[in-house]
Amino acid sequence: MDRILLAHGSGGHLSHELIRDLFLPQFPAPALARLDDAAVVETVARAIPGAKPVTPGAGRLAFTTDSYVVKPLFFKGGDIGRLAVCGTVNDLAMVGATPLYLSAAFVLEEGLDLDTLRRVVASMKASADQAGVEIVAGDTKVVEKGGADQLFITTAGLGVVPDGIDISASNARPGDVIILSGAIGDHGLAVLSEREGLAFRSQLVSDVAPLNQLVAAMLRASPDIHVMRDPTRGGLATALNEIALQSQVALVIEENKIPIHEDVRAACEMLGYDPLHVANEGKLVAMVAAHAAAEVVEAMRRDPHGQEATIIGEVTAQPEGKVLLRTGIGGTRVVDMLAGELLPRIC
Amino acid sequence: MKYLDEFRDPDLAATLVEKIRHRSSRRIRIMEFCGTHTVSIFKHGIRQLLPPTIEMLSGPGCPVCVTANADLDWAIALAGDTDVIVTTFGDMLRVPGSRSSLERVKAEGADIRIVYSTLDALQIARDNPGHPVVFLGIGFETTAPTVAASVLQAQDEGISNYYVLSLHKLTPPATRAILDSGESFLDGIIGPGNVTTVIGSRAWDFLPREYGISCVIAGFEPLDILQGIYTLVESFESSEPRVDNVYGRSVRAEGNQVALGYMSTVFDVCPADWRGIGEIPASGLRLKSRFRRFDARERFEVHPGPPEEPAGCRCGEVIRGVTTPPDCTLYGRACTPHHPVGPCMVSSEGTCAAYYLYSGETR
Repeated sequence: MDRILLAHGSGGHLSHELIRDLFLPQFPAPALARLDDAAVVETVARAIPGAKPVTPGAGRLAFTTDSYVVKPLFFKGGDIGRLAVCGTVNDLAMVGATPLYLSAAFVLEEGLDLDTLRRVVASMKASADQAGVEIVAGDTKVVEKGGADQLFITTAGLGVVPDGIDISASNARPGDVIILSGAIGDHGLAVLSEREGLAFRSQLVSDVAPLNQLVAAMLRASPDIHVMRDPTRGGLATALNEIALQSQVALVIEENKIPIHEDVRAACEMLGYDPLHVANEGKLVAMVAAHAAAEVVEAMRRDPHGQEATIIGEVTAQPEGKVLLRTGIGGTRVVDMLAGELLPRIC
Repeated sequence: MKYLDEFRDPDLAATLVEKIRHRSSRRIRIMEFCGTHTVSIFKHGIRQLLPPTIEMLSGPGCPVCVTANADLDWAIALAGDTDVIVTTFGDMLRVPGSRSSLERVKAEGADIRIVYSTLDALQIARDNPGHPVVFLGIGFETTAPTVAASVLQAQDEGISNYYVLSLHKLTPPATRAILDSGESFLDGIIGPGNVTTVIGSRAWDFLPREYGISCVIAGFEPLDILQGIYTLVESFESSEPRVDNVYGRSVRAEGNQVALGYMSTVFDVCPADWRGIGEIPASGLRLKSRFRRFDARERFEVHPGPPEEPAGCRCGEVIRGVTTPPDCTLYGRACTPHHPVGPCMVSSEGTCAAYYLYSGETR
């Protein structure tokens, strides 16, 4: 494939190939090679040999970045600004970090309505306040009309991982329990339902939200959380496949236990989508030591973003690298990553 | 959820599976015609629940998969070599033609827009009055009426920049062709539920009458399919070939007369070229001469070059039910949903994709 296709941005297989074959060979840092939502690195003081730690015991740094290009800019339940803050906050939270600082860089299309930008920035401020992070650096570029679609945002985030916490997609172990924080598919279908050309009416609302307080509550309940991931592009199916591959285990989930809101299910049936492939922006999936599962779920349910938290399956040793689904009627099937883009079917 | 959960009830499913096991004493080969059935069977893990006496084969009911390479190449050339806006259902985008795909020519700058219905395509035509807009008319009797309606609508409104490339295909002639070829010996057919909603269950009466095999019209939920399989096993065991309709909430014997009316107003039946099967008489639809000005083939001239089948690809045999995907040497190696060689691996209703994505079966 000698050109970038839209499918390279779907978060599925082609995105993975791009990362594996084009980026990683040039960027060999071990912290990147773990392919977690955020890189966890030693603090500056520890990274320089002989330097004294500035704040002993403060933990390691978590660092991440993400770009946001959603269309439309505003949708039910959120907007590009809220996504840009929450997405980066959540990437930090998924390695167990306490998010602290964000940067925000804007690419603005010539002719963009200033009021639109004001609304987006106000939404970022509100989301940052909600998450308890500060936006401390920024940049603005303007491109000619047609050079961007209204407004693109890139945020980067810095957080601190407390000592003793080691959460990574490589850490799932046979016997772990798989916990999902709530119903899947809300964000993807909320955005889709408002996108040009799709005229079905629905009450679908994006779930976009900062999850750092939910994660903090989980870690207070038990330190035995091995993996966390927010299933964004590519959906739960892609996130679970990544974990199965990186941890070299199998993940077995139960169809009947995966919460899906009624209108999401209906819309997916109509369009021929598998809800397991639809994006989320305010959900997480965690692999937790079995003995800690009940306590973690209980703690999650007390958080506003984890009220529907539930156990959806377990980690097994075999078949390594695969995700299996026990279907509602008692069959078993494989769950694969999203191939290409999410496309509606013919009939 | 209402209307879904009722048809996915685990206890009822277990009861039906037990009834099938109990009744099935002889080996029976069943073909599900429709790609949506194929996917549902795999997605719900139905094959593993069936007794070893029952062999399930997938048929040609994936509209993308049966589109001839020459037709696909024509559409790709139209998008790539002219300034038309090509509108299409999403399934077509990634299907590899002889030398490229719609997805690739789109990345190279072609204006290709995914639509959810012909209404969207008409709207694009209204919004771009100076620009020809072509809708790729893919699909069976399910989509053809909506395309026919769009042509009539365009005529009523005087939308002069809207065109249709009709690659529509009819399902009963294809079923006949498969049976006539003598390649696959079938004892029963699960008829396509959506198609039969339009054409009516009577359209399948020729199966017991001329071929002595049973047909059941079934819906797409697990209980629908299990009920359909049970019904076929029942008529097979009692040696009473017939057409049964277990999809009564959607299908009537006479079909949907309004939809059929649109089709017969706008289209003539014509021979059609099916990938994997070849030309089948009276199995396609072309615009009637009085709607010729909407016909993309009449309006545009493109030169896609001769069609080429990818070396080693056995999609044609898979479509005819002669081969199962894991028997193809490309399957799972050179050909995956992420890098498809043939159409059956890329369409969401393709048999190879269903095997690969849901059964995890590798060579």
